[in-house]
Amino acid sequence: MAYHPSDYLMTSDDMEKRANDRLNIDHTWYITRISQRHAARKPYAPADPGLISSFIPGTVVEVMVSVGDTVNEGDDILILDAMKMKNRLKSHIAGKVTAVNVKPGDRVSKGAVLAVIECC
Amino acid sequence: MALEKKIRELKEKREKMLLGGGEEAIGKQKAMGKNTARERILAILDDGSFSEYDMFVEHDARDFGMDKKHLPSDGVVIGTGTVSGNPVAIFAQDFTVAGGSLGLMHSRKITKIMDHALKMRIPLIGINDSGGARIQEGVNSLAGYGEIFFRNTISSGVIPQISVILGPCAGGAVYSPALTDFVFVVDNISKMFITGPEVIKTVLGEEISMEALGGARVHCETSGNAHFFSESEDECFSQIKKLISFLPRNNEVRAEVVETVPPDSSYDIDRIVPGDPTLPYDVREVIRAVVDGSDFFEIQEMYARNMVIGFGRLGGRTVGFVANQPLEMAGVLDVDSSDKAARFIRYCDAFSIPIITFVDLPGYLPGIDQEHAGVIRHGAKVLYSYSEATVPKLTVILRKAYGGGYIAMGSRHLRADFVFAWPTAEIAVMGPEGAANIIFRKEITSASDPDEVRRQKVEEYKEKFANPYVAASRGYVDSVIEPSETRRLLLHGLEVSSGKHVQMPFKKHGIPPF
Repeated sequence: MAYHPSDYLMTSDDMEKRANDRLNIDHTWYITRISQRHAARKPYAPADPGLISSFIPGTVVEVMVSVGDTVNEGDDILILDAMKMKNRLKSHIAGKVTAVNVKPGDRVSKGAVLAVIECC
Repeated sequence: MALEKKIRELKEKREKMLLGGGEEAIGKQKAMGKNTARERILAILDDGSFSEYDMFVEHDARDFGMDKKHLPSDGVVIGTGTVSGNPVAIFAQDFTVAGGSLGLMHSRKITKIMDHALKMRIPLIGINDSGGARIQEGVNSLAGYGEIFFRNTISSGVIPQISVILGPCAGGAVYSPALTDFVFVVDNISKMFITGPEVIKTVLGEEISMEALGGARVHCETSGNAHFFSESEDECFSQIKKLISFLPRNNEVRAEVVETVPPDSSYDIDRIVPGDPTLPYDVREVIRAVVDGSDFFEIQEMYARNMVIGFGRLGGRTVGFVANQPLEMAGVLDVDSSDKAARFIRYCDAFSIPIITFVDLPGYLPGIDQEHAGVIRHGAKVLYSYSEATVPKLTVILRKAYGGGYIAMGSRHLRADFVFAWPTAEIAVMGPEGAANIIFRKEITSASDPDEVRRQKVEEYKEKFANPYVAASRGYVDSVIEPSETRRLLLHGLEVSSGKHVQMPFKKHGIPPF
């Protein structure tokens, strides 16, 4: 077995090595192992309504705006082809297009910033 | 003699079928470190106990040249046999025959043995090794899967259902194992996913290997879909036999009672748990110090390790252990550990297996990721499962039992039958530091030396509340006990509750926070 129970038994050496492995619950620091999932969790970032991001990985098939264009809330920005659907990505705000990071044919991963709208 | 000739004929026919997809295909199977379907069945069952059915079943598909294809036993072996003398029903997909693909007759063989298992109220073992649906048979193979899923669901909680993944198990096929009680996987052999690496690459442009996407380790460590990890098929088979030894044949009988073996005397239960509540230890040492023969059979050992679950015996009778693990993430309740414990509690309840809970946790894991992942509804599963369970429930509070964690972990309030606490127990609304900061906020902030006042107030709080006696004074704890009394009192509690009878209000079924 890859994980034998004895792996968990800490020697004093291990304790020393893991002296920084601590978890705070209600103002108390506990000495304990931190799971990989917990260590790798992403810091929270509030949604920026000016960012046009891919909510799913896919291929950009059409870009309707250029840098400098003025757009209204709800205007089409681009079309992202993913999961056999042509998804229309719209602006959440009224403002000016300050960046277009993709062109038709580009494959994008999930969460990539495709275009940026700056509020006026 | 006509009879002799007929017997010879039968033997020849059988021999042909026993070759499955033929020697070349068997060679390929072996090269992958895999046994054949029938070898796997024979390795799990007692010697000479296997009785095979439907060996001569064949498909009657016509399209896409299928009328010219001969698929021995239609790619799946079914039958009954015994494991350590206990009858079981078993099926094993034969990858050497058309990649173990599932067509109509293949699925009918599986559902036949599933129906048999349910009717006879015996455990079902399913060995999965299949490329997926037999595309040539179209919607008939989809129908086949659906019939299997339905039976998995209806049999759930009636007979133990065990899935063994010994090859690919992809697409819709994964839902049969997912609906069963326990999933066994073997490193480098098991592969489970809904959409494979190829599809993910073409549709999403993301590249990942089969092993990294749905290998044995991933399902044991990350997804939690599998329960038992092993490095070889042989190791897997002995795990299956061991698991079956703990289980009753069905939900109307009890698991076999074996001879009582005392725990290994080398475990010194008084010395396992450090007095300082912030220091870690391995809670499995406490379980081993208490359980028969110090033999604890852990389930989902690699997943959500802050919660330990598994089977053992007390007085020769199977019990289920649920314990916080202070060694990992301080033993907190979070999304995954709640899920893990809740399902196991329901398993024990369904099969009349008493639940022993060891408590030592600081509470729920704080964090945006946890809140957004739904720790509210996942955490609620633990409350639901404990409350709903009518099997004997015995709880031992080893050390910390703070806040919502105290309530959730098999407390008196969720109808534990016996609640014991060690003298090291701290049963309180939260840890002393947190509590003092809130209760004495004014005194601390207005003091000329806030740190000193805080220290004093924390001490004051510890003195008053960080002990088992406040809860004991209300009867929430039945008895404050010495660690060395634990085994004796658990045995006594099980004896007293052997005739436990609880009448639940009529309902079709509850609505647990899935």
